[in-house]
Amino acid sequence: MQAIRIIDIEKSYPLKKGKTEALKGLRFDVEEGELFGLIGPDGAGKSTLFRILTTLILADKGEASVNGLDVVKDFMKIRRQVGYMPGKFSLYTDLTVEENLNFFATIFNTTVKENYHLIRNIYEQIEPFKHFRAGKLSGGMKQKLALSCALIHRPKTLFLDEPTTGVDALSRKEFWELLRSLRAEGITIMVSTPYMDEASLCDRVALIQSGKVMQIDTPEGLRNTYGKRLFAVKGPDMLHTLQRFRKMPAVEQAYPFGEVLHVVLRKDAPPFRMPEDVEASEIAPDIEDCFISLMHEHE
Amino acid sequence: MNEYVITAENLTKSFGDFTAVDRISFEVRRGEIFGFLGANGAGKTTAMRMFCGLILPSSGKASIGGFDVYRETEAIKRNIGYMSQRFSLYDDLTVQENINFYAGIYGMSRKAIREKSAPLLKQLGLEAERNALVGSLPLGWKQKLSFSVAIFHEPKIVFLDEPTGGVDPITRREFWQMIYEASDRDITVFVTTHYMDEAEYCHRVSVMVDGRIEALDTPGGLKKSHGAASMNEVFLQLARKAKRKGD
Repeated sequence: MQAIRIIDIEKSYPLKKGKTEALKGLRFDVEEGELFGLIGPDGAGKSTLFRILTTLILADKGEASVNGLDVVKDFMKIRRQVGYMPGKFSLYTDLTVEENLNFFATIFNTTVKENYHLIRNIYEQIEPFKHFRAGKLSGGMKQKLALSCALIHRPKTLFLDEPTTGVDALSRKEFWELLRSLRAEGITIMVSTPYMDEASLCDRVALIQSGKVMQIDTPEGLRNTYGKRLFAVKGPDMLHTLQRFRKMPAVEQAYPFGEVLHVVLRKDAPPFRMPEDVEASEIAPDIEDCFISLMHEHE
Repeated sequence: MNEYVITAENLTKSFGDFTAVDRISFEVRRGEIFGFLGANGAGKTTAMRMFCGLILPSSGKASIGGFDVYRETEAIKRNIGYMSQRFSLYDDLTVQENINFYAGIYGMSRKAIREKSAPLLKQLGLEAERNALVGSLPLGWKQKLSFSVAIFHEPKIVFLDEPTGGVDPITRREFWQMIYEASDRDITVFVTTHYMDEAEYCHRVSVMVDGRIEALDTPGGLKKSHGAASMNEVFLQLARKAKRKGD
């Protein structure tokens, strides 16, 4: 069964002059038990989609369902079954860590004890601070508390809106290990992130830009459908090397990628000979290469 | 050329019995792109605030652009630029109004602002948007404008605090192109980021752990000394040593 169905969803927000189209017709499904990633920059429409699926706002057009329930007709039922961690910290800052957790357990008619096993790994890290007010916590600890509160009623489906934004590389890694363990519990997870390297940790991802889905696939599938030749190039002077490759007719794009340049050849490229004064090797694309290539095609 | 524009010697900041920044020492050269990394809670923000003249150190020495961090904080503020993802431009002012506002704060004359605005807008491709509200611009444009505004008064040093968070991968790279151009004009760039590929773009990188600078070298040097294939690996190795769970 599909845990989430999204059928031609559109949403725009009024501006002083005209309107901004946040979602321009999205259509895809998320399977039960999937760890599904929405990958895209700020302004892509990720948060808007989360708000529609968690029944906080209405779409202008289209239909959507969560756990088989319609987001308009069955909104009260959906709210009991989902956990939602918004991008902006939204717990009660004047309640303590412990009070927040008890509060969320109580409104969902359960107790902290009943589902403690789900949150133990996260909650143990903030337990020493359980008498602190939530507003006094640092960013990373707020995030752990918010996830604990979103999980305490054992939701069937979990929505996490940019849980790792602004978080350091080590904490991000730990956070993803946690998501994998929740997935093993059978919870469907939809998670958004602007960090492309996190895409490879999902079962499937949707690459989103300007309110549209550019591609949906497994991380492996994305890489396999890339369809262009890609080289990692190292030259003596990177800036100069970059400019040189950009001028070559066979080169579609050249851009820095960590310590090397990535050089993408056109699909219909004339025969290409790599200059001999650079170190170059043909490589498989990263998800970020896929995203850049899709952005280029959609422009 | 080894002209230092940032020097720190045993610089320390304590809050009560908590030592946020613990005797850090380093120098940054003129025109250098210096990556200032560390886990959340390692002390980066506190250190940055001392360098920007916003808080006074507890002990140690530091000078920023030749000005002392204890006695000359106002001179420091006039001689640096600052940009972060969180604090940048005013959405309800136009592009030109934002430029006027920031340049005015830094004491530039109206004439100078006028003369420099036109080429800047042209270079950014924002001539048609001069009188548009900044809030109506796409995020990528805003970030680039924000950086240009931060160096509009030609500061000696610009501090960038996670400048590229949430930006698409193409814009992120265009942004780094601008950083390189600023560095070419001898503006020193002091930057924090959570994108480890961006750490590779820096001339030198320091990694803070528990308030101390645990490693400092070129990206290549750090990878070599840590037997790591990427800066991400270097970072993970160092950050795992942290005892304090400040984040």
